[in-house]
Amino acid sequence: MAKLTIEDLKKLRESARKSTALREGETTVKITVHMGTCGIAAGAREVMDALLEEMAEADRQDIRVVTSGCMGMCSSEPNVTVEARDQDPVVYQHMDRNKMRQVFKRHVLLGEAQTDFALARIK
Amino acid sequence: MRELSLHIMDIVENGLSAGADLIQVSIAEDRKENRLRIAVKDNGRGIPQDLLQRVLSPFYTTRTTRRVGLGLSLFREAARRCEGEFHLVSKEGEGTEVSATFRLDHIDLAPLGDMAGSLTSFIMGRPDVDFVYVHELDGKVFRMDTREVKKELDGLPINNPKVIRHLAASIRESVADLKTGADGSAAP
Repeated sequence: MAKLTIEDLKKLRESARKSTALREGETTVKITVHMGTCGIAAGAREVMDALLEEMAEADRQDIRVVTSGCMGMCSSEPNVTVEARDQDPVVYQHMDRNKMRQVFKRHVLLGEAQTDFALARIK
Repeated sequence: MRELSLHIMDIVENGLSAGADLIQVSIAEDRKENRLRIAVKDNGRGIPQDLLQRVLSPFYTTRTTRRVGLGLSLFREAARRCEGEFHLVSKEGEGTEVSATFRLDHIDLAPLGDMAGSLTSFIMGRPDVDFVYVHELDGKVFRMDTREVKKELDGLPINNPKVIRHLAASIRESVADLKTGADGSAAP
């Protein structure tokens, strides 16, 4: 019976341990990828995939990625909400892989909200 | 829907809304019998007997944001369209199981889609919920159980981005191996 290889998991555990601190610190940025069926049908999985690639590269323990269900704005999916500490949350719309990378590099890492892609800034 | 994985994710979301902390997705392809069977089982709060017929209506939903709930009815239609059957079994306090069968070579059968990406997205978003994914092809079986993965990770969170990406790639590879006939069992 084919199984996920234990060897792979062990290697992964070791490499992750070496590069990241184990102690849970504070979260400075929370990124929510909306993964309701509307989001998924519109391409949220690809957006999540691009985000995870960027996260793996950035290797920051203080950035949290969560998923949520549909928030009711289905026609603007895929939506991504970025909540950075000391900043108003921003809801991005019509996201794709490239936009996600840009939002991650500019907004999440540098604090510059990408207003061109935004649906709303929540006050 | 465009992909069967979208139907499956719909049903998984139902299970999550019902408070499940264990969701089992099984896909079985039998080329000799020319059948595909998909089942999603959760241990959520279940559906009261008197609602079992109503929930299949597209106009019944527990959501408050809109008056339409298409997940179950669209899945049932997809099965019927492909000469298959649809079953919904539920027990309050225990959980619900939705299963559908399809004629495997039916022209209207949508592709399965990216199950690995879909599942790992749920795992990422809900590390408190356990998922079991079983994919069977002509008798060969691949099985992924997040409880085992978590044990093996030994404290490293399963929703660590590197882990999730690796898990998705592993699942894709192992399922592909089922098709090529390569034996994907753990290296000695």
